[in-house]
Amino acid sequence: MTINGWIQILVFCGIVALLVKPLGGYMTRVFNGERTLLSWIFAPVERGLYAVAGTSEREEQHWTTYAAALLFFNLAGFLLLYLLQRFQGALPFNPAGMTAVPPELAFNTAVSFMTNTNWQNYGGESTMSYLVQMAGLTVQNFVSAATGIAIAVALIRGFSRASVKSIGNFWVDMTRATLYVLLPLCVVLTLVYVYLGMPQTLGAYVGATTLEGAQQTIALGPVASQIAIKMLGTNGGGFFNANAAHPFENPDAISNLIQMVSIFAIGAALTNVFGRMVGNQRQGWAIFATMAALFLVGVVVCYWAEAAGNPLVHALGLQGGNMEGKEVRFGISMSALFAVITTAASCGAVNAMHDSFTALGGLIPLINMELGEIIVGGVGAGFYGILLFVVLAIFVAGLMVGRTPEYLGKKIEAKEVKMAVLAILCLPLAMLVLTAIAVVLPDAVASIANPGPRGFSEILYAYTSAAANNGSAFGGLTGNTVWYNLTLGIAMLMGRFLVIIPALAIAGSLVAKKTVPASAGTFPTDGALFVGLLSGVILIVGGLTFFPALAVGPIVEHLAMLLGQTF
Amino acid sequence: MSQSKSTSILDARILIPAIGDAFRKLNPKALARNPVMFVVTVVSALTTVLLFRDLITGGENIGFSFQIVIWLWFTVLFANFAEAVAEGRGKAQAESLRRTRTETQAKLLKGDDIKNFKIVPGTSLKVGDVVLVEAGDIIPSDGEVIEGVASVNEAAITGESAPVIRESGGDRSAVTGGTQVLSDWIRVRITAASGSTFIDRMIALVEGAERQKTPNEIALNILLAGMTLIFVLATATIPSFATYAGGYIPVLILVALFVTLIPTTIGALLSAIGIAGMDRLVRFNVLAMSGRAVEAAGDVDTLLLDKTGTITLGNRQATEFKPVRGVSDQELADAAQLASLADETPEGRSIVVLAKEKYGIRARDMGSLHAHFVPFTAQSRMSGVDFDGSSIRKGAVDAVLQHVDHATVASTNGTASLVVREPQTAREVQAISDEIAKAGGTPLAVVKDGRLLGVVHLKDIVKGGIKERFAELRRMGIRTVMITGDNPMTAAAIAAEAGVDDFLAQATPENKLSLIREEQAKGKLVAMCGDGTNDAPALAQADVGVAMNTGTVAAREAGNMVDLDSDPTKLIEIVEIGKQLLMTRGALTTFSIANDVAKYFAIIPAMFLAFYPQLGALNIMGLKTPESAILSAIIFNALIIVALIPLSLKGVKYRPIGAGALLSRNLLVYGLGGIIVPFIGIKVIDVVITTLGLA
Repeated sequence: MTINGWIQILVFCGIVALLVKPLGGYMTRVFNGERTLLSWIFAPVERGLYAVAGTSEREEQHWTTYAAALLFFNLAGFLLLYLLQRFQGALPFNPAGMTAVPPELAFNTAVSFMTNTNWQNYGGESTMSYLVQMAGLTVQNFVSAATGIAIAVALIRGFSRASVKSIGNFWVDMTRATLYVLLPLCVVLTLVYVYLGMPQTLGAYVGATTLEGAQQTIALGPVASQIAIKMLGTNGGGFFNANAAHPFENPDAISNLIQMVSIFAIGAALTNVFGRMVGNQRQGWAIFATMAALFLVGVVVCYWAEAAGNPLVHALGLQGGNMEGKEVRFGISMSALFAVITTAASCGAVNAMHDSFTALGGLIPLINMELGEIIVGGVGAGFYGILLFVVLAIFVAGLMVGRTPEYLGKKIEAKEVKMAVLAILCLPLAMLVLTAIAVVLPDAVASIANPGPRGFSEILYAYTSAAANNGSAFGGLTGNTVWYNLTLGIAMLMGRFLVIIPALAIAGSLVAKKTVPASAGTFPTDGALFVGLLSGVILIVGGLTFFPALAVGPIVEHLAMLLGQTF
Repeated sequence: MSQSKSTSILDARILIPAIGDAFRKLNPKALARNPVMFVVTVVSALTTVLLFRDLITGGENIGFSFQIVIWLWFTVLFANFAEAVAEGRGKAQAESLRRTRTETQAKLLKGDDIKNFKIVPGTSLKVGDVVLVEAGDIIPSDGEVIEGVASVNEAAITGESAPVIRESGGDRSAVTGGTQVLSDWIRVRITAASGSTFIDRMIALVEGAERQKTPNEIALNILLAGMTLIFVLATATIPSFATYAGGYIPVLILVALFVTLIPTTIGALLSAIGIAGMDRLVRFNVLAMSGRAVEAAGDVDTLLLDKTGTITLGNRQATEFKPVRGVSDQELADAAQLASLADETPEGRSIVVLAKEKYGIRARDMGSLHAHFVPFTAQSRMSGVDFDGSSIRKGAVDAVLQHVDHATVASTNGTASLVVREPQTAREVQAISDEIAKAGGTPLAVVKDGRLLGVVHLKDIVKGGIKERFAELRRMGIRTVMITGDNPMTAAAIAAEAGVDDFLAQATPENKLSLIREEQAKGKLVAMCGDGTNDAPALAQADVGVAMNTGTVAAREAGNMVDLDSDPTKLIEIVEIGKQLLMTRGALTTFSIANDVAKYFAIIPAMFLAFYPQLGALNIMGLKTPESAILSAIIFNALIIVALIPLSLKGVKYRPIGAGALLSRNLLVYGLGGIIVPFIGIKVIDVVITTLGLA
């Protein structure tokens, strides 16, 4: 670990913390339907879209209508993306002449982008046409992110409104998230990325003659625009197979910093949106602080593990930290930080190969995802995810002040608990059960690259990443098989919709409740005590479930490494 | 409150039958009510079958398996035992109630003539029948007095032996079946059929027979069931992970891990906590008609308290003599004392006492003065005394002023009299009385022979210590509202003195009800107590309505709690008991979940030791062998249930120190404590069982 490394980590944290308030304030205005700086451009567009869609911003939806609209919209997106892939050979913008994507891979990819996972069982530059990348993948990058934000806002309304039936209008929330938040930020980011040297072209791949005289094809494309939304929308699906490790996707330290900040920006700002909407920004900061605490622990452990390196390698005379699978232009600190960010935030972009991390270094990304990616999390998804844990934490410990549990004046009762438990239950169901099946299926085990606990971790990581809608790969696992394409697709669907529906149900139930005014007897949820309690519940309820799996994966591998053993 | 009813937690009379009940409760139908313990029973049964299989086929390590199975069953039995102990205390009380419910004869009246009755068995009475109850008779069933006055011994339900008056009309018309009329006679209209009387309900309540799960309990059960499912997933996937690693894990060990991880502690104690909460109220002589009411009591935000009897002593007392100009204190005191000598009201007596204490005016004998006492009437609104040709009157200021006016008119009619109209004095009296009213007092004007002497300041005496109680309530986050029939000025003064947060002056049943609705519309929970029929709508509307046992049938039906001692200040304790119930539940849930950390560290290394010996590094407790580690964890898991029975019955102490401080305190004790305690406990058990050679 170096001073320089720590300074870079602190700079990153500082920038994110500074962005929370202004971005949160802006987003609050957007979702409250107030006038903003950009209204003069987008308000007419917005009205036009509503007119075409036959809805209006004044039309409010019950949670079931909201959920139905969301499901319908996602299904349509899935079908469109699936068909685009299957027929890309016959469609324009295909200079490299890509042929139809096989059905199971097209299914996996369509689910993956619809669910904001961006698990990629394909190499972008060798599989997808420009049309699929832009009209299919990039569009889903926007709308899946906007969907997440919409759900978070709907759930926030559950707390901020009282004694009403409706939680907002899905079409309006989705449109506003895209138009006012994602689009303008992406335009700015794209220009910056282009300035920093990322390609942005619809031209064909370029041929080059190397110094040795060999011919090389250099893949290009509309990279910068896709990278902007890939990070901002915590999608993570790279334009190139090497993702953010590829020099065209992440040219230098500055682009790396901007990308890391943009992964966290919206998710972190949503805590402030929450605080503002419920009328007490401290409530938002308390949640932000919980996320920050869990995040920093992850960063410290991961950076320390990577910087300490592998004693087995040291024994061979190679000193220093673990540089395997890392880009020298980022180094250990920025690779470790990136890995923690990308898994904390459900992004899944990688600037280093996680499979090459040490056991403990790889354990942190795994835990981040197993907790449900509630540390900032996917845009929107992380926020509604952590609110589910808040519901549980309040329910478990809230009674200890001598009142039935309440959060922000809303009573937490049987229905909320049932829904929160359902949502939290779906993660171990998808992650552990599918892993348990795969590790005893010879065909599935054949896909792993390493024997022993590392191979186990590769499979566990794949299902964890899919169910958490992260999309990063541990690497090592050959995922493009029928088995993995289908089961990973199922894991992604479970991890997305089995959380969304209960979250919306909670919003619908809360919004109808009265708000009990706070008093001296009310559980204080805006202080350090609450941060400690919430972190504890997240780690014990969310984390301990995975302890046996982690024990036979990264933990035993780490302990073996310390003993100088290999598998 | 009668202390004789409280039973110590560790009473052999309760503990011994509870052991038998623990086995009786193994009935699957009873167990199904509790998802966590039901699951433990199922896996215990499963492992028992496996144990028998191993016994027959001669599997290895039978001794270890046997111990695991035994402790699994103990886990279930301990849970049943906890519930049985909690119920036992109620049962003991129900027994004593049953003894009072003897078979009675009733004098069923045919018409209005109280001589014309037929003796019938009490059980044959129907609602609407009218019976005669005379001195010495047991009242056959619950009813309402429609004629007569009688003193009634209600010790059967209140434990209080002093007789109470029951009379027709007004707020003391309800009588309870099983109580005894001591003097006089009453005609009673029966309001409850046999089997559904107040005592029957009491018996059912204290026995827990009608116990329904409360909303919060239901929600908690959902959480516990959900966590059980999560741990099913966590443990059921382990064999497959082991297979990948080339190992094998016996079912017994998986079951042991599973049972220690699921929240058995709170699952086992949950119903005991609920029963004990109701029981605490019962021992406090308050009957909650549902567990929901007890829970609501903990949540109360606003407390409506009647001024008289709750905040102030029932009677006003004289505190000062305020003479008009030209009259000495002594003179006013002397006149007021004379006017009050024969006045037996508490106010009158307090004037005599004040005159003696402050001015040394001793009581005089009315007879030797040839005085004639003029009693208070609703028309004159004055009382006083006539002697030796002079007259003294004291009474409400406006009444006295009118009297003076009247006398003036009389004198102008030509009657020889010294009475003169003194407008300045009248104004002065008016000014003094306004001042007194502003300070929350009641002015009492005194006039002698038509001459206004001054005003006596009667004051509502705020109960000692009540201000501190309200401050305590404020720290609990509860707003207090005083309800009074006084005018707003007086009410404000008393409210300020007593330290209540708000008041409702000139209260009527209607504005009381609308105040409750208003508070509820703001999302607040309201508690109140009342006794009269006109309180019934408000009692029904309030989230916690405590009816006084002395009250009317309507009030008792409308409330969801009945205070047998009819002491309105008890509302405060009822709130505390509600809070205590909720806190105990939360504390044990937190403790139960926090326990899991240590259990993982005990079992996981032991479980995988055969094929991943490196995981031995996780054995941070240094447990001797894999067997002892697993056994220690499961023994700890079972014993902690027993260890926590006293806490779950007594309840976690509520301290009005503010929610933040309370939470950090409890989180420290039950959260952090819940993480640390099992590490120590499991280690100790490990040392013991390895020393004993059990594993």
